[in-house]
Order: sequence, then C-alpha cells, then structure tokens
Amino acid sequence: MTGNLEDGQQPVHPGDPAAPAAPAAASRRDGNDLDDHPARTPSTVLSPSAARRRRVVTDVVQSPPDGPDRLTLTPIHPEGTFRSEEDQEPPASRPRSDVDGWGRSERVRTVVRRLYDPIYRHWFRVEWEGIEHVPMRGGALLVANHSGAIPPDAPAVMHGIEEELGRPIYGMADFFFRTVPVVGTVWSRAGGVPAHPDNAYRLLHDEHQLALVFPEGSKGPSKTYADRYRLRRFGRGGFVEIAMRAGVPVVPLAIVGAEEAMPILFRIPVLSRALRVPYFPVTANVLLLGPLLGAVTYFPAKIRIRVLEPTVFDVDPGLEHYSKSRVMDEAERIRGRIQDALHDMLRDRRSVWFG
Amino acid sequence: MLITGLDTFWGGRTAQALEAEPSVDMVLGLGITEPKVPLERTEFVRADQAYSILSRIVRATQVDTIVHTFLETNSTRVSARTLHEINVIGTMNLLAAAGAVGTSVRQVVVKSSTHVYGSSAEDPSWFSEGTPRPSAPTTRVERSLVEVESLVSDFAEENPDLTVSLLRFANVLGTDIVTPISQNLRKRVLPSVFGYDPLVQFVEEDDVVRSLEYVTHHRQGGVYNVAGSGKLPWSEVAGIAGALLVPLPPVNTRIAASLLGNLRFLQFPPELERLARYGRGVDTRRILETGFTFRYTSAGAVTSFARANNLRRSVGRSDDRYRYEQDVEQFFRHSPAVVRTTDE
Repeated sequence: MTGNLEDGQQPVHPGDPAAPAAPAAASRRDGNDLDDHPARTPSTVLSPSAARRRRVVTDVVQSPPDGPDRLTLTPIHPEGTFRSEEDQEPPASRPRSDVDGWGRSERVRTVVRRLYDPIYRHWFRVEWEGIEHVPMRGGALLVANHSGAIPPDAPAVMHGIEEELGRPIYGMADFFFRTVPVVGTVWSRAGGVPAHPDNAYRLLHDEHQLALVFPEGSKGPSKTYADRYRLRRFGRGGFVEIAMRAGVPVVPLAIVGAEEAMPILFRIPVLSRALRVPYFPVTANVLLLGPLLGAVTYFPAKIRIRVLEPTVFDVDPGLEHYSKSRVMDEAERIRGRIQDALHDMLRDRRSVWFG
Repeated sequence: MLITGLDTFWGGRTAQALEAEPSVDMVLGLGITEPKVPLERTEFVRADQAYSILSRIVRATQVDTIVHTFLETNSTRVSARTLHEINVIGTMNLLAAAGAVGTSVRQVVVKSSTHVYGSSAEDPSWFSEGTPRPSAPTTRVERSLVEVESLVSDFAEENPDLTVSLLRFANVLGTDIVTPISQNLRKRVLPSVFGYDPLVQFVEEDDVVRSLEYVTHHRQGGVYNVAGSGKLPWSEVAGIAGALLVPLPPVNTRIAASLLGNLRFLQFPPELERLARYGRGVDTRRILETGFTFRYTSAGAVTSFARANNLRRSVGRSDDRYRYEQDVEQFFRHSPAVVRTTDE
C-alpha cells in the first residue's frame, strides 16, 4: 500500500536555470539552521515539537521591496519559502495553524505520538539496533522493507526516530493515501508525504530532513504470508538516484515482525479493482477477529528494527542524470544487504511474539 | 506599450502602474468594454474579444511591448465557447500580430495561471516551472490555458530575439479582485470536499500587478511561478476570512456543487473542486532570484482580503465608482487647451 520512489524518469528541476543558484541559497540556510541547535545528542534533545514550532510561518507582511535593481538572494526557509529578516508577526486576531509546507502539523504529530506510544511500547515492543547510524543532522534517506496488510512498519519507524533522536521524519507513501477522504488528511498532518521524486529531493537536499521510503512500494505489503521476508524488486532504483542527486546517505533498515502482525492469506483482485485500491487482502486477523475488529487489530508480534551501515555514494551531487547501471547496482546492493540482515535476524529469532 | 484586457481588473491595474512610469512613452489599452479604473494617459481602443483588429493596431502604433492580461480563468463567468475564444483565439491573434514580419514588438508578457499544473493526487508538493503535470487537463479552464501556453512557448521558440515572459499566478485574493473564491468568501461561506483539507497558495493582487510591471520593466524573459510564500490549509482560508466551511460529499461532488451553484448559494467550478481536494504548491524561487520581492505571503493575501471585506461589510459598497466618459478622456489627452508640463 505504501510508497516507492520508482518512476525516477521525471526529471527534478529539468534544465532549470534557477537550479544552480538554489543550492547555494539552501546550503547557506542550512548553516544557519543547524547552528541554532547546539550539539544535539539523544539524551539532550530539543523536543521535536519545540524544534519545529520555531519554524511555523507566522508572517503576513513581508519586507518592502528594496529597489528592483538590487539582486538579492534571500536565504531559503525550512518550509522551502524565502523569507527576509524583517518578517513581521500578523495582527494576532486568530492563531495560525502550525501546518508546514508538506501538510505536517506538529500538534497533530504530538497527539499521534501520544496515542501511538503505548502500542509502540507494549503491543509491538519495538526494539532498535544500531540507531546511531541514523545521522543526527542533515538529510538522509531511510530505506526499509515493507510488510503487513496495513503496514505497521512505517508508523513504528517514524515514532522511534522522533522519540529517540528528537528530529522529525517524513514518511513517503503512495499517492493513493491522498485520494482517501479523512485518512489522507490525517496521514498528511501526521508527516506523510506523497512519494514524488521532486518531494524527496526537496526534503533531502533543500530542507535537510529525514525521509523514509519503501522502495518495494505496494508490492511489499501486498505479498502473502507464504512469501514473508522475501524482498520484492526495489522499484527502478529511483531512491538511489534521488539520494545521489541530493548528496545524502542512504540508511538501510531491516524490519522483522511486521509480516506477522497482519499476515495476508490471499488477495481478491476483483474487489481491489472494484474499490480502486492497490490490493484487497484477506488477513488472518480478519478470519480470527471478524471483519470489523480484524481490519484494525494487529497481532502482537515483536518488532525489531536493525539500522545498517549508511551508504554514501561517491558521485557528484546535483547532476541531471546518473549512470543507470550504477543506480541499479547500488539499489540491488542495498536490497541485498537488507535481505541478508533479515535472514540474520530471523536466524536469531526464537519466537514471533517475544523476539 | 500595449495592454490587452484594459477593461478587466488586471489590464486596468497594470495600465495604471505602467503609465506612472516615466520611461514608458505611450500606453495603449485594448478592451471589449470601457475601462473601469481612472487612467491618466492610457489610450483606450475598443476591440472584439478575439482581437482580430490587433495586427492593424500593432502596425499602426509600432508598439515595442505587449502585456497580455486578458486571459479568462473564471469558468463561472463565461461560457465554454467564449472562454476558448478569449483565451486561445485571442492569444493566437496577439502572437500573430507580435510575430509579423518586420514587427516592432520586442517583448511579450503573458499572464497565465498555476491552473496549468492542474491539481491531482499524483502532484508533487511543489511544482517548479519545468515540472510536467502528471495528470491530463480535465477542466475547460485548464485545457484552454495549457493550449495558450503551448502557443506562447512555440512563439518564443520561433522568435528567439523577442523577450517572452510568462507568469503563472496562484489563486489571487486581495481588496478588489473578484474570483469564485472571493465571491464565496464575501458570502461568508467556503465550499470544501468532506475529508480533504489540502494546502493552497495565494498571491495578493498588488503583488500580481507589481510582478507584471517588474518583468516588463526589467525585460525578464522566461516562465515564472508567482505565489506568496508559505502555504495554508483550505480550512484556514475560511478561518482567516471568517467564513463557514461548507463540506460537500466526496462522491457526486459535482451534483451537489451545481445544485448549490444554481441556488446562488456558492460557486464551486470544477477547477476549484480539484483544488479543494488536492491543493497545489508552486516553487517561486526562480522569480525571487531575479530580485523580485513579494509584499504579501499566502496567508497575508487572505488577511488582506478579509480586512477589505470587513470594511465593505461595515460601510457598504461605495458608489463613487469611476465611469469612463470618452469625451472627457479625449479632452484631457488631446485638446490644445490643456496645458501639459513637459518633463524636460
């Protein structure tokens, strides 16, 4: 159900004459932004909500233009908008919402975290291994395997990163989410971003954020229980190309347990076509707990997440095209490493429920 | 300098801005009806909506700049045929006149809209000028604007020595402009689609006029997105403007919308419905890099509208509107009795 970064053919900033200047502005902004957060460590983190609340756009009137002849490059704002120093507060008639340019609201995110925390701690009892591989600053692309009829891995990873590292993470997922009323809005407010290559590039390169992608796309969660822990094709390697262009590392994650939380016994393609959903699963949960309760209840499988050594590509960032064979090789290598890690973790797993 | 659509809001406002510049020798305005704003020295020429007379005017006056503001983006105001006639045929005639052999025209500025990107679930969160739209155009306004833009880009390719500027404006709000959104907000309602609260951008009407003037003055060729910085959720637009959000059902939305539209309760043309579902964001870094600065953010444009609307509700519609009187205008421009102070 969730997203992939394939279809990388869509050029990011194709032949855009503005492109060369934009990175300069962006990196300048980066310097300022990061210096605001002195030496963040997992123990002394800024609460993520506090960190992000500072960035809410609250201005109404911008500075007056200083003569049309002056060519100025204003630093880029985290929201991806340009703001000048003299930004003013609006006439405080009514508090503005804190929704950022991606649709994420830190208030909603905080509520979601509070509601989800017991599930994370007591139902799935999520355990991390090697979380120090996730960089504390700068952009990075987290790449994970994807499973479970309604994949429980995405919220678990996002919750874990935000709780442990205190920095926001955006989960990139299929456009399908946007088309569902209410669900799409909540998903967006809770940090979901449509998996468009331009979005990934902007998040990673311009805004120096963490982004989570599942290159298997809906092929991952739609596979039946018989195929568990067998990684599907990793899209067309679009995620590697974006990471190369943005000049950020790829951090592979191997996730064990999500498969057993909501295993698919079989699919009904007729229904998925009729309902226009990517797949229509019949899960063990539905058979055991009934169609209503079973559709929303996961089995309490133990989720373990292993963060692998980040991959840094030794290519020049910002190029329009990268060697397709190199991209495919790297994607395949990352897929292989995740697959190996999964096998390794499964070898050590004594129980599905207790890990 | 020649401005099309002098009788529309944009043409009138842009003419006012351009005639105030001393470097502009002559301002000529084309319109179907009489101008609705007071103009100091702009010459008004009446034309039909498809501008068949345009090539003769260009030849006769030897203008060097054409500012094309007469593109209709409000499908509630005109029929499908008129929309096509104004947008596509009008632009075609205009470009034909500008590109004629031995033309005096050096620059063409076209006011387009971010409607050309459409609004769909597959969209990136920000469109830059080169991003292709992922979905085929579905509404009349979008189709005609896409056609206009392809005409303009063909024209720019065929005439490399001409400066061709194309500005794509986000939804406009401000003190005076009338759009489907502002018509709704004036009635203190805003239609939405239940379950959707997308992010949208706005540009204030002053910034629209300033950007048109800016690219004209600085001869900035190319395609530029124009939108105030920041985005805001659809629900917040209603919040700032003090309007009631009216959610329509997510299925059969068109039926509900046309019903309420026929009752004159609210305006919800198809392109607005798409916007209320998926929103749209455009990257404005390119125009900012030319040195242009916005006075208003997206939220600021809504606030500006809301304040003007509050005033309107308190003091009512002012009746001392400008009325164009041909004899008076002709007298001030051409009578020998008028003493003209020369700049030198």
